[in-house]
Amino acid sequence: MAAVHGDAHGHEHDDHHPSGIMRWITTTNHKDIGTMYLWFSFAMFLTGGTLALGIRAELFQPGIQILQPELFNQFTTLHGLIMVFGAIMPAFVGFANWQVPLMIGAPDMAFARMNNWSFWLLIPAATLLVSSFFVPGGAAAGGWTFYPPLSTQGGLGVDLMIFAVHILGASSIMGSINIITTILNMRAPGMTLMKMPMFVWTWLITAYLLVLVMPVLAGTVTMLLTDRHFGTSFFNAAGGGDPVMFQHIFWFFGHPEVYIMILPSFGIVSEVIPTFSRKPLFGYSSMVYATASIAILSCVVWAHHMFTAGMPTVGQLFFMYATMLIAVPTGVKVFNWTATMWRGSMTFETPMLFAIGFIFLFVIGGFSGVICAIVPIDIQVQDTYYVIAHFHYVLVSGSLFALFAGAYYWIPKWTGRMYNETLGKTHFWLSMFFFNLTFFVQHFLGLAGMPRRIPDYNLQFADFNMISSIGAFGFGLTQLLFLYVMINCIRSGEKAPQKPWDGATTLEWTHLPTPAPYHSFEKPPVVQ
Amino acid sequence: MRSKSAVTLAGVSALALYSSMAVGSKYNLPEPQSVIAKDIYDQHILLLWICLVIFIGVFGVMFYSVLKHRKSLGYKAANFHHSTAVEIIWTVIPCLILVVMAYPATKTVIAMKDTSSPDMTIKATGYQWMWGYDYLQGEGEGISFYSKLSTPRAQVENKAPKGENYLLEVDNRVVVPVGKKVRVILTANDVIHAWWVPALGIKQDAVPGFIRDTWFTADKPGIYRGQCAELCGKDHGFMPIVVEAMEAGEYSKWVAAQSASAVKTSMHVEK
Repeated sequence: MAAVHGDAHGHEHDDHHPSGIMRWITTTNHKDIGTMYLWFSFAMFLTGGTLALGIRAELFQPGIQILQPELFNQFTTLHGLIMVFGAIMPAFVGFANWQVPLMIGAPDMAFARMNNWSFWLLIPAATLLVSSFFVPGGAAAGGWTFYPPLSTQGGLGVDLMIFAVHILGASSIMGSINIITTILNMRAPGMTLMKMPMFVWTWLITAYLLVLVMPVLAGTVTMLLTDRHFGTSFFNAAGGGDPVMFQHIFWFFGHPEVYIMILPSFGIVSEVIPTFSRKPLFGYSSMVYATASIAILSCVVWAHHMFTAGMPTVGQLFFMYATMLIAVPTGVKVFNWTATMWRGSMTFETPMLFAIGFIFLFVIGGFSGVICAIVPIDIQVQDTYYVIAHFHYVLVSGSLFALFAGAYYWIPKWTGRMYNETLGKTHFWLSMFFFNLTFFVQHFLGLAGMPRRIPDYNLQFADFNMISSIGAFGFGLTQLLFLYVMINCIRSGEKAPQKPWDGATTLEWTHLPTPAPYHSFEKPPVVQ
Repeated sequence: MRSKSAVTLAGVSALALYSSMAVGSKYNLPEPQSVIAKDIYDQHILLLWICLVIFIGVFGVMFYSVLKHRKSLGYKAANFHHSTAVEIIWTVIPCLILVVMAYPATKTVIAMKDTSSPDMTIKATGYQWMWGYDYLQGEGEGISFYSKLSTPRAQVENKAPKGENYLLEVDNRVVVPVGKKVRVILTANDVIHAWWVPALGIKQDAVPGFIRDTWFTADKPGIYRGQCAELCGKDHGFMPIVVEAMEAGEYSKWVAAQSASAVKTSMHVEK
């Protein structure tokens, strides 16, 4: 450890970096790379959001109006892939790049050059995904889960998707190795593991999950590729394979993946809540253990996505019990946040609003998660709009709201300027309203029997689909306000003090000026 | 304080009213028509109530705190940050609640999976994009037909007004007798489909090259509609499932009529 530490400081910090575009292409600075990750993910968020609006526009009324069924399926597929792999995951890596070194008192990430490479891999991957709309046969249309044999039937678009997933996986693995190494080896003297900020803890655990499951995804898409082009039959019964095996392998990646997208949000919220409650996080060690338990449990619950695929009774019961168990550590987290707020001295700036909004809506998503875990009920709601509502409650009002909380919380440190509080709060309340308008009604659509991934529906679903579409357009437009707030902050926000949040206690606020200098912590701080 | 409890009471009763409306409305699970569907319906309602109670408990505390413990009211922050006893309590209680939820669910899972000794067996085969049915065993053995969407294309393209059963109507319904245990064997010809009839509490994927099975017993005569529930390509949204449950006598007549027309059809094919 000492050797690595010394080595990190052996690098020369040359301030004469290239300017213009070359600065961004060649940069090895964690702040530059973090910024690029964040802008990239926001661009992908708008792209995936546009696809979502296409879907909602088609579903505004019964009948086929805008998107023919084949194109509709391409929209749903690419919406899922782009949001998961292009928007949410890179956004969290962006936060890790900016915040992990600042919060542990390190000068940069452990592997600075690999860091550059992990970012720039995202560009060809995103290009492959987006351009697949324009190849013969169009983009992949088998859902973001691309189950064979349907995905074996697809055209060139599926191959582009497979390569995109490969590249994104490589990028994620490199990013995770970098984060793990940085956290384990480059903490400031005195910062023991159990003194790390919660955001760092959640990312450490997330990075381990990523290293564990991304190769599994790479394996399964490779098998799909060879099934498509090289005559293998992994997923083809006629050749001795099994289509359901794909689902098992995919979800062995896919379920930890959903925790990869939520654990860092827990970390962000665990920073924001204590800051604005002016009170230390309640039950720090139980929060760490809860995060680790969730990560471990997430690896043994994958088949709850497949309760209708056919499974022995004991299999269904095991996966039902294991899934329900996840509610316990998740509940512990919610109780700890509540106890942190209890008898605090709270103020409600935008980051705090988003953090509370996160808890409120994430708990609703958690409840519908428990309901989906109950096998008999899942038999009814699986592959319906109920599930769509469930995972948007945990991914949009979960991950995305936490990302917003984090962006508002740390933007003063990143840019040296304050955002407009009134506009920030407006962004929150509009997001809150339109989010619920879009997704709450989808629970009822699912219960009443509307399957997901259909371009047209029976008249009984018409009114709530219309409400949902109106909400979606409102939510989409609201996010342009976020873009405006951020640009306005970067360009002409008021100058921020070193510590705009008086309750903040982590190193980036207590030990660094605002904005954080290009090279920070060249000498490590000492943590008491 | 009294006005506050009155407000709380009003809020709770509004929520109760709201959820009881959902029970009777078209936005809940459809009215159950089989033992399993009834179990599912009841468990869903039970879970909703449990979730509602927890929700009110947790957010009652949180929003009390949000209202009272604010800096703008001059509230000074306390400094407690740890309690092992409290952590143990709020780990154990959720575990107990989960046991309450898991017990009835386990019984239903075991019942759902018991496809033994059926009165009749029907094989359903998923095609892109329609269903094929073969009556394999029991009264009606040998009957075989395809079942396709019967909604005219013009309705989908908004050139004709949409009917009540828009996208949920087929040319040939699956007909079954009331009160008989029907085992459904599923497979598919091309990609994965899923056979779903919400009112009967039955959904099972149909996997090409493999056989899956499930069962239902319709309690009452009626027409029960469902849809393919696994993305299967372009016309995934256009391959509904319609089950018609009949009294035993009616069903026998239907079988007789089918057998007669089946002879005709096969002669027609051979010609």
